[in-house]
Amino acid sequence: MKIVVCVKQTPDTAATVTVEDGKVSWGDAPLVINPWDEYAVEEALRIKEQDGGSVVAISLGPEDAREALKHALAMGADEAVLISDPAFAGLDSLGVSSVLAAGVGKVADVDLVFFGRASVDSDTGITGSQVARRLGWPALTLVSKVDSLDESGGTITVERMLEEGRQQVSSSMPAVVSVVKEINEPRYPSFMGIRKASRAEIPVWTAADLGLGQPPEPALAWPEIFAPAKVETQCEFIEGDTPEEIAGKLADRLLEEKVI
Amino acid sequence: MTEDIYVYIDHFKGEALPASWEAVGAARQLASELGGKVIAVVLGESVSELAGTAIAHGADEVRIVEDPLLAEFRPEPYADALKPVAAESELLIFPTSGRTRELAAMVGVDLETGVAPDVIALEVDGGQVVATRPIYAGKLLSKIVSKGKKPFILTLRSRAFPKPEADASRSGDIVSVEAEIAAPKSEVKGYSEAEAGVSLTDAAVVVSGGRGVSNNPKLTPPADISDEKEIEIWKARQGFEEVEELAKVLGGAVGASRAAVDANYIPYSHQVGQTGKVVSPDLYIACGISGAIQHLAGMRTSKTIVAINKDADAPIFKLARFGVVGDMHEIVPALTEALRERLKG
Repeated sequence: MKIVVCVKQTPDTAATVTVEDGKVSWGDAPLVINPWDEYAVEEALRIKEQDGGSVVAISLGPEDAREALKHALAMGADEAVLISDPAFAGLDSLGVSSVLAAGVGKVADVDLVFFGRASVDSDTGITGSQVARRLGWPALTLVSKVDSLDESGGTITVERMLEEGRQQVSSSMPAVVSVVKEINEPRYPSFMGIRKASRAEIPVWTAADLGLGQPPEPALAWPEIFAPAKVETQCEFIEGDTPEEIAGKLADRLLEEKVI
Repeated sequence: MTEDIYVYIDHFKGEALPASWEAVGAARQLASELGGKVIAVVLGESVSELAGTAIAHGADEVRIVEDPLLAEFRPEPYADALKPVAAESELLIFPTSGRTRELAAMVGVDLETGVAPDVIALEVDGGQVVATRPIYAGKLLSKIVSKGKKPFILTLRSRAFPKPEADASRSGDIVSVEAEIAAPKSEVKGYSEAEAGVSLTDAAVVVSGGRGVSNNPKLTPPADISDEKEIEIWKARQGFEEVEELAKVLGGAVGASRAAVDANYIPYSHQVGQTGKVVSPDLYIACGISGAIQHLAGMRTSKTIVAINKDADAPIFKLARFGVVGDMHEIVPALTEALRERLKG
């Protein structure tokens, strides 16, 4: 079983994100592996530990975006590759998906590609499906459980978490899987793992290495990024001598203000 | 090429999502500024009834693709089916769901065009459609425009646009479209029992519980539970029953903070926040939730926020319209009773 996990480096979710001169800034907040991607790495490692094989983490980003890959290596991934090229700056998901699909192609003989549900920065949640479409492989998104995996038969059965409930889907492999947080509890990197990761050579693949000319030009433009208008809420504190009195007043206020 | 606006009607088990009609309404609004017709797109095995409902909700015409391969939604055959219709459109609007996120993504690849998911606002500026979508979990907003590739694909977030009233007297053409659909490589095997209650993202009222659900000092756990963690979870279950009762009286859905989910008080499907669901109900009641930045990111666009928390300094009160500083285990059941009385009859 050969598994690729696509990871991204993002600002920590606790970061205060602001706009300065039209550019997004997260101050001194650390860049970390996208939280969703940790679940993807964990699930790939669990499958490898059960069925054998190898896990390759790949990330598309600037030259210094290696922390996410080191985290995946420290968790136990066998290899990591940074996909980086000046030609890849400013891509939208259309371009990103074409680069990642080429990356999966270069890893070669891949059975499964894992993604986190979305990245916490651009938050689109469409890259996994787009990579699947480019590869011509089925997309299994919002996966909360891998029910069974039959390597010789080339099938995978998963449980997906939809708004309407849980759905079981079986699919041929190779396939692209994106996971939700319920799927597992990601391990903390071990001390040994961190040491191994800090010494690991992380090769860089460029557009030429991937046999890509110019990836698709962005189809979209972002003319403006701005902070949402501060909602001026003055909290009206409801007080009283007993819970019943407070509850009654609150219920009356909600009705008066036509909230309900 | 036409200037018509195409709207995909998302449906599950024969029922359209309310957000599908919200999308038709948003398209109507754009059409009134840009001109052109609103054309609904309905895919499925046997969906002519939905086509009629789409016209009632404001579509001028419907394109319909019916095929046994579309009996259960899988994104690959649906993308194949949508391709010929999408290829003739300039603007293609979806409601947002787990299905449409996949479908819009794949059609974007098929037609090498851009996809902007989770749009919360639309405007027309100099004849160009400008979409606004949250990034960094709503900490920032980004305006998005197409650089000219067609169609510009948008998915609209549930409850961000008003739902039009149906008008059964409206009429319009329903046109069948042929599409080449490849046999899918994946198959829906079935469904486990749906999570009880109202869908979080569509709910007009959401009542959420946080860490505080487990600290009811008045509860005595059953004698056969001695493990501290098990006692905590047992208490939390009782606390969430209070939350559920309140939600029930208001016809709302039950949410939870990440802290409550991580502590195994309630399944992840209830989580509201940056790594959970983003909700935007008319009324959000936060019970025993302090309001970590990641939680606020998932509910800050709620119209009215009520916070019930012991700690007067909890950040949740900064967003709240109404606040009660007190023990949720006293206030929530009392509020349930007070509302039940006032809402009956």
